Amino acid sequence: MKTSNRPLSPHIQVYKMPLSAKLSILHRLTGLALSFAAVILVFWLFTLAFLPHYAVALQGFFASTLGKVILISINFAFFYHFCNGIRHLFWDVGKGLELEQVNRSGVIVIIAAVLLTTLVWTIGA
Amino acid sequence: MAEFSLPKNSKITKGKYIKAEGATNVRKLKVYRWDPETGDNPRTDTYEIDMDNCGPMVLDALNKVKNEIDTTLTYRRSCREGICGSCAMNIDGTNTLACTKSMKDCKDTVAIYPLPHMDVIKDLVPDLSHFYSQYASVQPWIQTDSVPLPDTERLQSIEDREKLDGLYECILCACCQTSCPSYWWNGDRYLGPAVLLQSYRFLADSRDEYTGERLEDLEDPFKVFRCHTIMSCTNTCPKGLNPGKAIAEIKKLITERHAL
Repeated sequence: MKTSNRPLSPHIQVYKMPLSAKLSILHRLTGLALSFAAVILVFWLFTLAFLPHYAVALQGFFASTLGKVILISINFAFFYHFCNGIRHLFWDVGKGLELEQVNRSGVIVIIAAVLLTTLVWTIGA
Repeated sequence: MAEFSLPKNSKITKGKYIKAEGATNVRKLKVYRWDPETGDNPRTDTYEIDMDNCGPMVLDALNKVKNEIDTTLTYRRSCREGICGSCAMNIDGTNTLACTKSMKDCKDTVAIYPLPHMDVIKDLVPDLSHFYSQYASVQPWIQTDSVPLPDTERLQSIEDREKLDGLYECILCACCQTSCPSYWWNGDRYLGPAVLLQSYRFLADSRDEYTGERLEDLEDPFKVFRCHTIMSCTNTCPKGLNPGKAIAEIKKLITERHAL
């Protein structure tokens, strides 16, 4: 009997990810988004310093709906990644690793990120 | 590198639908099937189960299929009471033991697949040889240089013995191991939650004298540190253990070793 043609059993296709796993992938995605956001930020600063015409155009873009959606998303990504990063620091010293604690801190992190983003765009704006 | 889609020979096709004639209390099992002798792609067969003539657990339903409906269905099972770990499989999207999972806690159509991201030998039987060799690689036995006193055991204080609670109960069913996305993508070099829990079981044992050597061996970018605290392992463990926490303890031990 040949054994080389053995199929690979389905994984993400069938697995029901628990909350902790969903938040974990969100941490990675927000991290990825933030690295792109950093490029945008540097470009923005660069135009402010050297290309004033572009800076005005960029300002206009960020004032548009699409621009705002992008900025709010970056803002949420930052706060989520920041709060969840703190959660990771607790785990790294061995705290909060019981299942109930993991689920509770996950919900807290999401609420905190939404709250902080709202705060920036209401009080800050 | 992470390969998110299934290889061509692993794509699942739609299989047969087998009705339960004359049954009134019907549940359905949608079961992953793969026959090594045909070379066809895997498929899912759906069996209607007459629950008036069937035991309460998912394993009872599988046994009913094998005994009365389709004898070609292949799966591992032995103790039927959650201590042997043979019937570990993916049920309704979560890895667990078929024998301790009640049909009542499942969806109307119970979807059953082999443990995820494993080579399939047949139907619900995955190839666990890589898992077992990884288990062997952490040398899961007590190692000592000291010679015990004649006619006595190696004694442990009650406190030291308690450190093994939550570790020694592991039945090596591989539910956690195969629930870990990091193990899916890096299983060749990452040891995975079940193996690391067992590794920690001997690191935490006061009688073991090879803690240094063990930590030395684990120090590697892949063996332990591919764990990103996803905690899928702890969520899925059918014995209620916490492999995620055990791995965090190993990471701490390795880090503390460098701080000295």
